Amino acid sequence: MARYVARRVLQMLPVMIGTTLLIFVMVWALPGDPFAGRCGQRPCSDAFVAAETARLHLDQSLPVQYGYFLWNMLHGDFGTVANGDTVLHQMIRAFPITLKLTTVAIAFEVVLGIGVGILAALRRGRAFDRATLLSSLVVISLPVFVIGFLVQYIFGVRLGFFRVTVASGAPWRDLIMPGFVLASLSLAFVLRLTRASLLETLNADHVRTAIAKGLPRGMVVRRHVVRNSLIPVITYIGADIGTLLGGAIVTEGIFNIQGIGGLIFSAVKLRENATVVSVTTVVVLIVLVVNLLIDLFYAVLDPRIRYE
Amino acid sequence: MSDPDAFAALGTIHDAPGGPEAAVTGPGRTLAGDAWETLRSSWVFWGSLVLIAFFVVMAAFPGLFTHVDPASCQAARARVEPSSSAWFGYDVQGCDVYARTIYGARASIVVGTIATLTAMTLGSTVGIYAGFFGGLVDSLLSRLTDIFFAIPLLLGSIIILTSIPTPTGSAFFSILKVSLALAALGWTSTARVARSSVIQVKQADFVSASRALGASRTWMIRKHIVPNAIAPVIVITTISLGSFIGAEATLSYLGIGLQPPVISWGIAINDAAPYVRSTPHMLFFPALFLSLTVLAFISLGDVVREALDPKAM
Repeated sequence: MARYVARRVLQMLPVMIGTTLLIFVMVWALPGDPFAGRCGQRPCSDAFVAAETARLHLDQSLPVQYGYFLWNMLHGDFGTVANGDTVLHQMIRAFPITLKLTTVAIAFEVVLGIGVGILAALRRGRAFDRATLLSSLVVISLPVFVIGFLVQYIFGVRLGFFRVTVASGAPWRDLIMPGFVLASLSLAFVLRLTRASLLETLNADHVRTAIAKGLPRGMVVRRHVVRNSLIPVITYIGADIGTLLGGAIVTEGIFNIQGIGGLIFSAVKLRENATVVSVTTVVVLIVLVVNLLIDLFYAVLDPRIRYE
Repeated sequence: MSDPDAFAALGTIHDAPGGPEAAVTGPGRTLAGDAWETLRSSWVFWGSLVLIAFFVVMAAFPGLFTHVDPASCQAARARVEPSSSAWFGYDVQGCDVYARTIYGARASIVVGTIATLTAMTLGSTVGIYAGFFGGLVDSLLSRLTDIFFAIPLLLGSIIILTSIPTPTGSAFFSILKVSLALAALGWTSTARVARSSVIQVKQADFVSASRALGASRTWMIRKHIVPNAIAPVIVITTISLGSFIGAEATLSYLGIGLQPPVISWGIAINDAAPYVRSTPHMLFFPALFLSLTVLAFISLGDVVREALDPKAM
């Protein structure tokens, strides 16, 4: 196990470096003036340009710049924004909100996705099953901003169940609607995955044996079918945690949430390159680490899997 | 030798002369034949094909659907609700929403097609090379795929699109830029699917036979590997066409995808978003058409995958 972990971490390193380098190159090296639009309508003053160039090492070659960037990041210095705030500070402010939103979204995925998926599989081919399959396909096809506006309009504006946008501090109650919107796509996938996995297990020999020896149907489903079917579903949800923690640009925009996604998007628009590169790097790191943890967790869930 | 398997194998050889070509003509025996039988009776298959044909015609000949010029806008009728003279109403600038929705199909279909073709070419090339050659080539190409895979599609394309300046007023470059940005990040899933599919085919007996007969690598890839490994790639391509169209609309909605001389559903939704509470019709119709297009491609891919997967039957 320890050797497997070590190998996976070693494999992750080149991917990590490659990804950050790629993002770094995309942000800094592509054509375009790094100072365009930084000083409002006027061009930036020469003194400002000179100071920024020296601070960000813009006069050096790209590999040197990247080296400085990595070195600073390893020391916890994620850069500074034009108004003097540090990127680390911005992230510390935004991350708890994204974490809360992710929790709500995952709760929806687990409760609705797995629950409805199990019900659909047990009623295979009947009206309920077909209706859920069709509606999950529709949800997969709707772009997230369309779902966002629909939900916002129906439940926020028309019915008035929830506040239309999230208040500052992001209270849990306000996050129910955005959490559902954020979860919707994965919810549909979780539902389909649960259904497919359950159908496969229902045909397995051990389930037939359980039925043949006269176990009550409820117990067969609970003990033998559901438990064995949920392994791939849990893996999927785990991978989704990584993605969701990376921030939801569109959902956060629609509901006015000040999370990681909103932070990245406003930084891109304002050309705060330091914020973009650092936050994106952290996001990618989170995704990679969470995926690694999921892979390891897989062995705990399924004793048949051994990492040698 | 009294090994029953050997006799069985002999029997198969006598029963099926000619290899793959002969197998294809057998009625309903092959995987493709089975799949076709399943698909022929599926209303989802025909429904999504009809929808796709409808939107492709709309993209190619928008004039067939409307005589209204999408660029004739009058501020006096801005945000007027749907009526008998304008079925879908008017948008913020007083343009006819119906005409703009019809003309918006072209941008979505073109972006989806260019992005998908580029991603498919790039992804399947990388996947085929990694799967077929294995070893060091596989390690290098797989890590390269991992690197691109780790960047979320939306986030990465936002960074690319804001970094590269577009010549203003050029519809063509605007469309090309968005398509290539999406393809640059979206090829990884095709590469992974192609790689695993090729690895599966590579181990088949007919490939070993071909190698034993002295076939060159290029010939084997062209004649054996690609035709037999292509099915899952086609499925994921159909599905990704739908998701690229959705991603384009999302980028345009955020204001960094396609730029205004282009008429697109995403831009229309972006323009309509601030007024969603008072005049939702401006947002509803482009969103409806967009969702139907994505739905058509995704359900086509889905139904074909189910037909190709023998386990599902």
